[in-house]
Amino acid sequence: MKKNSLDKEVLLSRFSRLNLRMDGEELTEQETALYDRQIRVWGANAQRRLTKSHILVSGIKGTVAEFCKNIVLAGVGSVTLMDDSLVNEEALNANFLIPPDENAYRGKTVAEICCDSLKDFNPMVLVSVEKGDLSARSTEFFEKFDVVVIGYGSLATKKAVNEKCRKLSKRVAFYTVDCRDSCGEIFVDLQDYKYTKKKLEEKVECELNFPSFQEAVSVPWKPIPRRTAKLYFAMRVIEVFEENEGRKHGECSLLDLPTVLEIKKKLCEANTVSESHVPDSLLERLITGTIEFPPACAIVGGILAQEVIKAVSGKGEPLKNFFYYDAQDGKGVMENISNSFTS
Amino acid sequence: MDTQQQQQQSSIQGAKVLMVGAGGIGCELLKTLALSGFQDIHIIDMDTIEVSNLNRQFLFRRSHVGQSKAKVARDAVLRFRPHINIRSYHANVKNPEFDVDFFKQFDVVLNGLDNLDARRHVNRLCLAADVPLVESGTTGFLGQVTVHVKGKTECYECQTKPAPKTYPVCTITSTPTKFVHCIVWAKDLLFAKLFGDKNQDNDLNVRANNAASSSKETEDVFERAEDEDIDQYGRKIYDHVFGYNIEAALSNEETWKNRTRPRPIYSKEVLPESLSQQNGTTQNCSATDDDSTVSAMPLLGLKNPQELWGLTQNSLVFIEALKLFFAKRKKEIGHLTFDKDDQLAVEFVTAAANIRAESFGIPLHSLFEAKGIAGNIVHAVATTNAIVAGLIVIEAIKVLKKDADKYRMTYCLEHPSRKMLLMPVEPFEPNPACYVCSKTPLVLEVNTQKSKLRDLVDKIVTAKLGMNLPLIMHGASLLYEVGDDLDDIMVANYNANLEKSLSELPSPVINGSILTVEDLQQELSCKINVKHREEFDEEKEPEGMVLSGWTQSPATNGESASTSNNENEKAVDVTESSSGPEMASKKRRLSETQPENDKKETENVESDDDEIMEIENPVMVSKKKKRVE
Repeated sequence: MKKNSLDKEVLLSRFSRLNLRMDGEELTEQETALYDRQIRVWGANAQRRLTKSHILVSGIKGTVAEFCKNIVLAGVGSVTLMDDSLVNEEALNANFLIPPDENAYRGKTVAEICCDSLKDFNPMVLVSVEKGDLSARSTEFFEKFDVVVIGYGSLATKKAVNEKCRKLSKRVAFYTVDCRDSCGEIFVDLQDYKYTKKKLEEKVECELNFPSFQEAVSVPWKPIPRRTAKLYFAMRVIEVFEENEGRKHGECSLLDLPTVLEIKKKLCEANTVSESHVPDSLLERLITGTIEFPPACAIVGGILAQEVIKAVSGKGEPLKNFFYYDAQDGKGVMENISNSFTS
Repeated sequence: MDTQQQQQQSSIQGAKVLMVGAGGIGCELLKTLALSGFQDIHIIDMDTIEVSNLNRQFLFRRSHVGQSKAKVARDAVLRFRPHINIRSYHANVKNPEFDVDFFKQFDVVLNGLDNLDARRHVNRLCLAADVPLVESGTTGFLGQVTVHVKGKTECYECQTKPAPKTYPVCTITSTPTKFVHCIVWAKDLLFAKLFGDKNQDNDLNVRANNAASSSKETEDVFERAEDEDIDQYGRKIYDHVFGYNIEAALSNEETWKNRTRPRPIYSKEVLPESLSQQNGTTQNCSATDDDSTVSAMPLLGLKNPQELWGLTQNSLVFIEALKLFFAKRKKEIGHLTFDKDDQLAVEFVTAAANIRAESFGIPLHSLFEAKGIAGNIVHAVATTNAIVAGLIVIEAIKVLKKDADKYRMTYCLEHPSRKMLLMPVEPFEPNPACYVCSKTPLVLEVNTQKSKLRDLVDKIVTAKLGMNLPLIMHGASLLYEVGDDLDDIMVANYNANLEKSLSELPSPVINGSILTVEDLQQELSCKINVKHREEFDEEKEPEGMVLSGWTQSPATNGESASTSNNENEKAVDVTESSSGPEMASKKRRLSETQPENDKKETENVESDDDEIMEIENPVMVSKKKKRVE
């Protein structure tokens, strides 16, 4: 397999950008003018850190398209896109980065088309495409990045990539995101994260310890508080279903409901909780709602971008460690799920 | 797709939607509406695109700067949804063409506005047309979306929105305590005096013990003689406003009894005499007379707008900026108003405000910070706008399906409250005491012998009641109205009335009088009961009149209209802004069923090096002449 290499154009522009940066740490005049309004939110230092950050994004559908738009506008250093699926009619839904011109997109991958559109939003951000299978990448591959975002990934991929990120001495922030019907889930792993917080005029040093993805999805269900978002459990059922059946995100229908409910039953039994723990209606929504709901994409993509911006800039208390949105009840909740429940 | 989804799709596809605003929220909203299947969208926006928009208004490119936002947004969205109908209007939503009949054609109206005035106007038109309104606003990481359906929920004005912040004249002219006071002084007084309309009233003259002689002198000081050396003139102004005026103020012992005394500052103590020879900057510049891009900073070797300048640097900028105005932009002098995008004006105002702040012992601020305060800049990011846009579309769909039980007001929080970052709340019922949707009479306390009709029109009818084209009646007598179709005699009559005190009007307005105030475009009619009152507290009631009758609806518990720089996380009641920030206090909005008090220790999370600047409310100085004491 051909080792991936960036094309010449990208290399040259990357090099010339380095020249600009060599002059020290100051934001350029152009950057200050463009980012004025957001610098007033998070400050110039945070903006500088953003401009030096490298984000890897794998799996591009509506929500991830929103996310990419947001971080490109925010002015990150680079965004590397991975999605070799070909553009088809379905991809056009909720993904406004793909112009509906068949002549333009025929034969091209989703990543390639989105790359062109994203560059347009902010010429100062390096947007590029990486081909191939994310889960086949070595640990060293991830060292190039400060943030890794997996969209609509399989259980195996999410686990494997998270493990690789955690092996590195450099801290790579790890996120997963998944949107189905009008719901969404975000997972955050910042490993050991230190930051300062202002508490009543004093600055307080804080540290958060994030569980790995493996740990976070294997937490026994019984000790988890009753009021926890049902989506957490529902998503775990879906994960197992897709893994067992070898399905990708969205490759399911109402016909799969019996299988899914069987899996749910087994999981509930294994965790000694009643079946009402995971509402059937929610599972049904998740497997029939294969097309993303654009407003939910905007919401979840926005929250995810905010989290990545916080982690890169080092400013703001990060979400720990799951976020759930459901348009039906309108709530966007943070759930902290780790093995600490059992201790 | 099941029948429920089919129904939803068809109500979306058949809907005619009006968007007001094509800026931060507008771009995100138009995109999400198009992706969600909406096919008939009208969009109104009067603005053109600026560079500072590009960090979040992603439908626009650098090449679009100067063009109409509504039009460019439309074109951009059509590129990925070519077959939908989008009609753009590059116009002010307050134009008479957007009357009740215009609004009636829509199934729902979606606001993405950036000012209270326009929001109130749209609110009234939606009520008059009986069209549901989805309102929204964002500031930094905070945002909210609310639904307003006539008869079912509160209207946008059922809960009083704080009016733009004003400061008492004496605080600005004599006793500033905060940096914003210095900015207002520098912008609305000094800048206006030097470069603005000479005929405008200006409170810059300091009251001395001998009023008559000092006012003659100050007139001479600000006027520059034909061939007067610019540097010398600059120093003269400097010495006058930062030196002599301060000394004159100090002579009034009473004022400083319980206050920190300012110190006078003179140019010779701060800047060496040979300054103009050393730099020779302005004089030696090229002969071009008009250069709107001149800037003092590069000439002084100052590069970083975030840097804090000391007294000397500020003074250098003051003099240099002033010189540049006279040397390079002479033609504009006498016609200039402060514009936050006018670099030289921002430099001058920053420097002037800082020198004054130094004088009064108030902390100095960088140009970046000063510009934000002087320009009422609201900090804004793309993500909050995107989230809010998603929430707006969700509410819009509920409205189209008439799913009244599901309507929600949703708050985007920066830090989770009871685990929620997005908090939905049921809308409140209409406020029976709301003068907009429930026609409750108001009470106005005013000195009917001293206050003029003009004061009533400016401060109450236009500012507080938000009427655009008002009409004022006392019984059968028409005291005042605005319109295109008035003949000269009527106009002259109304102008004469404006200058009369209330009690001297042809139909005298005295204690107990009832006025009817209407705006035909907004289809709003209010009754005002007038109560005469002799005295008003100059500090607490600087306008000399008090309007009441805005009964808070039951679920509210008062609000704070201002924030100080170091307040953390109290939701900011910012009204004027460039990105739509209508924020109500969290406590106020929560319905009674939620018992937990959200005011636990709110943590403001910041890193050690930066200070996030809190944007203050817009500032307005009362332009009236000072009251005689």
